[in-house]
Amino acid sequence: MNTLDEIVARALAEFVAIGEPAKLEEAKAQYLGKAGLLTEQLKNLGKLPPEEKKTAGAAINAAKNQVEEALNARREALKRAALEAQLSAEALDVTLPGRGRSRGGLHPVTRSLDRIEQLFRTIGFEVADGPEIEGDWHNFTALNTPEKHPARSMHDTFYIQAEDGSVQEDVLLRTHTSPVQVRYMQAHVEKYKHEATMPEIRIIAPGRVYRVDSDATHSPMFHQVEGLWIGEKVSFADLRGVLADFLRCFFESDDLNLRFRPSFFPFTEPSAEIDMAFMSGPNKGRWLEIGGCGMVHPNVLRHGGIDPEKYIGFAFGMGPDRLTMLRYGIDDLRLFFDGDLRFLSQFK
Amino acid sequence: MQFSENWLRTFVNPTLSSDELGHLLTMAGLELEELDPAAPAFNQVVVGEILTAEKHPNADKLRLTTVNVGGEVLQIVCGAPNAAVGLKVPCALVGAQLPGDFNIKKAKVRDVESFGMLCSAKELGIAEESDGLLVLPADAPVGTDIRDYLGLDDKLFTLKLTPNRADCLSILGIAREVAALTGVDLTAPEILPAAVRSDKSRAVVVEAKAHCPRYAGRVVTGVNAATATPAWMVQRLARSGIRSISAIVDITNYVLLEQGQPMHAFDNAKLSGAIHVRLPKASEQLTLLNGNTITPDADAVLIADESRALALGGIMGGDESGVTTTTTEIFLESAFFAPDAIAGKARALNFSTDSSYRFERGVDFSRQVEVLERATQLVLEICGGEAGPITEVVAETFLPKRNPLRLRLSRLNQVIGIDFTREAVAAQLKNLRFPWSEEDQVFLVTPPAHRFDMEIEEDLIEEVARLYGYDNIPAPAPVNHVAMLPLPEAKRTPMQVRRLVAERDYQEVVNFSFVETAWEKDFAGNDKPVVLANPIASQMGVMRTTLMGGLVNTLSFNLKRRTARVRVFELGRCFWRDAEAVNGFAQPLRVAGLAAGPAEPEQWGSKTRNVDFYDVKADIEALFPTQTLRFEKTSHPALHPGRCAEVTLNDRLIGVVGELHPEWVQKYELVSAPILFELELDVLLNVPMPAYAQVSRFPVVERDLAFVVAQETPLQGLLSVLDSAAVSTVQSIQLFDVYQGKGLEDGKKSLAFRVVMQDTQKTLADAEVDAAIAELVSAAQQFGAVLRT
Repeated sequence: MNTLDEIVARALAEFVAIGEPAKLEEAKAQYLGKAGLLTEQLKNLGKLPPEEKKTAGAAINAAKNQVEEALNARREALKRAALEAQLSAEALDVTLPGRGRSRGGLHPVTRSLDRIEQLFRTIGFEVADGPEIEGDWHNFTALNTPEKHPARSMHDTFYIQAEDGSVQEDVLLRTHTSPVQVRYMQAHVEKYKHEATMPEIRIIAPGRVYRVDSDATHSPMFHQVEGLWIGEKVSFADLRGVLADFLRCFFESDDLNLRFRPSFFPFTEPSAEIDMAFMSGPNKGRWLEIGGCGMVHPNVLRHGGIDPEKYIGFAFGMGPDRLTMLRYGIDDLRLFFDGDLRFLSQFK
Repeated sequence: MQFSENWLRTFVNPTLSSDELGHLLTMAGLELEELDPAAPAFNQVVVGEILTAEKHPNADKLRLTTVNVGGEVLQIVCGAPNAAVGLKVPCALVGAQLPGDFNIKKAKVRDVESFGMLCSAKELGIAEESDGLLVLPADAPVGTDIRDYLGLDDKLFTLKLTPNRADCLSILGIAREVAALTGVDLTAPEILPAAVRSDKSRAVVVEAKAHCPRYAGRVVTGVNAATATPAWMVQRLARSGIRSISAIVDITNYVLLEQGQPMHAFDNAKLSGAIHVRLPKASEQLTLLNGNTITPDADAVLIADESRALALGGIMGGDESGVTTTTTEIFLESAFFAPDAIAGKARALNFSTDSSYRFERGVDFSRQVEVLERATQLVLEICGGEAGPITEVVAETFLPKRNPLRLRLSRLNQVIGIDFTREAVAAQLKNLRFPWSEEDQVFLVTPPAHRFDMEIEEDLIEEVARLYGYDNIPAPAPVNHVAMLPLPEAKRTPMQVRRLVAERDYQEVVNFSFVETAWEKDFAGNDKPVVLANPIASQMGVMRTTLMGGLVNTLSFNLKRRTARVRVFELGRCFWRDAEAVNGFAQPLRVAGLAAGPAEPEQWGSKTRNVDFYDVKADIEALFPTQTLRFEKTSHPALHPGRCAEVTLNDRLIGVVGELHPEWVQKYELVSAPILFELELDVLLNVPMPAYAQVSRFPVVERDLAFVVAQETPLQGLLSVLDSAAVSTVQSIQLFDVYQGKGLEDGKKSLAFRVVMQDTQKTLADAEVDAAIAELVSAAQQFGAVLRT
């Protein structure tokens, strides 16, 4: 006859030696199953005299608890070991590259235009647009550049052939984004014609423009961004302030100098060229032309349907291609237009 | 405008260095484009006189000379063929440093000692080419430093003038500007009227009064036209980029540069009767100085005599009436031609002259007689002769008007944004020498005759601000009303569309809007594209109606650079004639993409396959996440007829997608067929607001149905039938498998759908589900599909 102690010792030893959960459950049956050794002991309890029953019963229960505890501990250990094994079997080479699609990117000039739009949006400028095959009137006449004006020769204009083969005189590829000014003014005036005071006009108009010019620094198609702010109290000093603020924000640098050089555009008076110089870096100290600007000429306001005595404002035109080249240190304008992915894909 | 600094300094001489003077002009709006020395650096070169010149004893081509360099006579071996006794030439002394790091040392040339070098213009760096020694005038003082003698310590200023500043197209004009900017006095040469010693004159009849409101002329007799132009004049002309021709012509050019007034000299002996300033007669012809024979425009202005046209007024003289070296009598013309009469005329003839350039921008209309006196003065000095009386014809009514302009101090301060005092404004007007008066802070300013750019108050405002200095005006941070801008949720910006496309693995490109004619034909079937009248190159000759050509070209460009996987897109305009559209041209913005090569970047663990139609279709669908697009088989000139579809949204055709036609794959030498798409941008700019629908708490029932149809049957047909037969509890019908092969007849395919059903109010009963499925099956059967069991 086995003593309880012997049974417990045997069970504990047996459990520890078992490595598989199913075997463990089989072993459990030997001790705790219907015909298990400890179950037998309990069954035999009834045969004992009443005065021994209590002590013997407690002893058997203690032994049973001990065996169950050992069983659970072993179950837990086996489960953990199985998990460990699974985890180590499932381990990956985490240094292999990720899979799936890549993503494309925006053109570097678009990137600049995006930043320009966002920067100007923070001071209340919305984005406007206009046609690229533009009327002679909007491109020149409305901008105070009548026919025969010497300023027309400043722009080498692309013209369009009429269907009969002659040159169509009234349309052209816009030479600048300035025609958007007059178009926007006219629409704005129309929109607010029933109101006593017209809200301010604050727009920028980015887009493609065209001139008959092609060499290392000129492309027959390039980008411009026009800006226009018309209100009751907008001054040349404000123009200086806005552009200075813009350039510092665009280049994320206070380390630059700005100068306004008197110039001539038929559609602004006074007019200025904007020159900028970095105070450090590869272009240090060199004056770089950024664009033209000035106070909107009264004739242009009139063409837009606006009373120049009541409203006043400024306009500017900048070259985002140039700004982009300066921003990223790109040295060849042609890279923007030949679609070389080795270049473009650097801008993600 | 190019000129010599020394010449300018004879008119106005501020205590500024060349660089400072250049900066001053630039910041006043007369941009300094270039500042070059008149001659490169060199030293110890003096005027020498060749005393003897003999053959070198040991060399045939060399000469042995003795040269007087002032106080010393040097023996010099010289290789120049023109070395001759008595010539004055530049002589570099031992120790001289010539351009190009050339140091002159005592040398032995073929056993004969040489103590210096006689120089050509090229050796001194003052000419590109030269033929032998630079021969100096006979009166050149021996021993004088050649830099002093030739005025080589001069600088050439090149200004880039804007079209409004015609008044600065002369030394006088620039000097006037410098005087206004610096307050230094003008010291222009005094013009004294010539004594009239001849009574010879020529009558002038001005018929074209509006074209030529002032015409002055005079005859000068007894001139020696063959005389040499003085060296100082040749030099000043050269430093303005003008070549010396003959004394009389040089004088007219000199006066033009000095005074800004174009002049013309006729050979008086070749004229008959009165000078007529008139419009051309029908089909009248004229041969110009440049040899061109033209038939002038009906509104061109001609200078003619009694018998024929002599010159194209204000633009160019005639070939037959010009002065030659044998001329003894000249008729000098100094006229004012109205800008409108000259504008565009020379350009129409494909040339520009110094004269037309100035007249079309505006020449001072008050100084014709004065400048004629200046020219006379120079003619008499240089060519001799006797001046006749001046004939002047003026049509006052046609002369430009110089009405006083109002300049309000308040307006000035409003426009510029600072507070000028009236004293400050008065001081600037004084510097400008504009006549003015002032009352109640309103200045009444009369622009001078040389300023054609002073028409309105703003012009004066600019003048004051310009002289004050733009950079002295503050640049305050912008002040703004704090009002938010609208941010419409149902709109996208083009920028957001670009980002969405880029997220789908397309790189943005910017291609030219003008393309090759062949691209339009190949990719758009367009035989009548919009043609540019003046293209920059023939392959950029027509406006595109599709963005596809540019994308195929981008692919080809990158394939040549060994990039196999190309995924690019462009957002831009297309153009065609449309009488209804703005300016007569439709120019919609479109977004188009091209995908070629592997569908995914080459990577481990996934089999590489080329991108196909369905990959790109998914890219398009991703741009419309909440909208249902329809794709229908179509034909398109650029695309494979069996592999392209038109895209519609709410019954509107919005674009096309497909594989490039094999013909173009071959023609454009592509490795494999790319997939292209092109969509109208405007539909992408509108995006529906999210539409909330109650989320059902009741369970979803899914049933799968498979139908067998003929292989060529498009899915869309069956799907439309199922969609329209579906009851309201059917949430979606999704294709999840397409099968053909074993178990199916040849020419048949099986389309498997998952039908998802749900009710928002209750759990669906089996009977309801069965009934709904039966509806779908019956509809499919009517369509000709067979339920696969």
